[in-house]
Amino acid sequence: MHNRFQLDDHYRAIVIGGSAGSFQVISKILSSLPTDFELPIAMCLHRLRHVRNGFVEALNIKSTIAIKEPHDKEPIRKGNIYLAPANYHLGVEIGNSFALTTEELLNNSRPAIDILLASAAQVYGKRLVGILLSGANKDGAMGMKRIKDRGGLTVIQDPKECLIDTMPVSAQKLTTIDHSLDVQSIIDLLLELNQRVKNAKES
Amino acid sequence: MFFVVCHRLFEYPYMQEIEISQLRALTDLIKQRYDYDFGNYAMSSFRRRIQRIIELYKFASFDALLEKLKVSDAKFFQEFLSEITVNVTEMFRDPTFWVELRENILPALLTDNKIISIWHAGCSSGEEVYSMAITLKEMNLLDRVRIVATDIDNSILAKARDGVYSVKNMEVNQKNYERAKGLYSLDTYYKEQNGKAYLDKTLVKDVSYREHNLVSEVSFAKFDLILCRNVMIYFNQTLQNQVLKVFHESLYKNSFLAIGSKESLIWCEIANKFLVVNNEEKVYKKVKD
Repeated sequence: MHNRFQLDDHYRAIVIGGSAGSFQVISKILSSLPTDFELPIAMCLHRLRHVRNGFVEALNIKSTIAIKEPHDKEPIRKGNIYLAPANYHLGVEIGNSFALTTEELLNNSRPAIDILLASAAQVYGKRLVGILLSGANKDGAMGMKRIKDRGGLTVIQDPKECLIDTMPVSAQKLTTIDHSLDVQSIIDLLLELNQRVKNAKES
Repeated sequence: MFFVVCHRLFEYPYMQEIEISQLRALTDLIKQRYDYDFGNYAMSSFRRRIQRIIELYKFASFDALLEKLKVSDAKFFQEFLSEITVNVTEMFRDPTFWVELRENILPALLTDNKIISIWHAGCSSGEEVYSMAITLKEMNLLDRVRIVATDIDNSILAKARDGVYSVKNMEVNQKNYERAKGLYSLDTYYKEQNGKAYLDKTLVKDVSYREHNLVSEVSFAKFDLILCRNVMIYFNQTLQNQVLKVFHESLYKNSFLAIGSKESLIWCEIANKFLVVNNEEKVYKKVKD
């Protein structure tokens, strides 16, 4: 078994944030996951506030697993991939379900990455992996700090590879980043993580 | 160095860490002292509202806020209540919902000549009520409808009554109105002055605005249509179940309940008493007593 990243097997969820320049990256990641991926993945990608349809469909073209925009209080299930819907913030609620809100814009965004990451950190603690991709503002930095402070794993797309590196660099300035990786390595990390969790379950 | 770090942290909102046990202490205190029960609010957003209040009022810590609430101060509590509730909305939010309302829901209620009663539960600053009044006016129905609009926050009701909104919001409102197939231009219904848009108050002259807390109060009348869009998202499942019972009691059989586009009744205990009329726009019909 590959063990490049020396990952623990206690992880239970993955959150991903992305903005300008992240669509190709996220598409590539989603096209590389096995259909029986062990963990739930929740994504917050900056998007047009008043366009409800089309984004999930565009991501689904490449994704091996069908992506859905969760409803409020929808239970979080392993192996599912979720996308924050337009004009709502997506958060994680105690009891392992999603919570949607119409709170004020945060970092000029709704959905805001900080809200997903910070609320997930609160619920999952050290069992959470946070991944922050290319983007043009500082959204996600506070959320990554929360993940790190609660013992989770923090991963950013290598700023050198990002179309716009403001987002991962902001996170780097605010907290400790465990791995700064190019896209292929992020995929390798997810595959290794999947294998670790799978093996732990079987043994 | 310490100051540099502090300064940098303050650029980020929601930085004050608050634990569940602290939130419990806060909701217990509020229940005891002010008779408002936030114990079954959704924890993730309730935490952020508290963090926001701490930042807004520059409290030194969570405990400082708690101390402030321990001293019974009606004026501060009213402000606290206004900040806890989320009052961010738009006119004609989700335009396709308003098309559904105009083309299907309201016509379905017009089968006989009786007065139609509508309840806006959690009406906030009133944009939805004005959107409804405009829709009804354009359908020549304004005289046939009785509207009740309620909110937990008395001060926001005053705002809802006034119908004065920031002009910078009117661009989004206008776009929504066009997508909602409005007949004219939205500025038919308001006058601009000093950066504010003054909605035509005659639109809502017959609307009854009332203070009402969905958490603690029971059904007070029967309705043909209840709108409660993006309100129950701030409640946990237990409280959503309870509020849905109040709505069920407040609806005539075969009348309608509209919730937010990303809300769902499927996890509610009495979901089987409702039928989905439009799953995209989240319109339900009460089919069982």
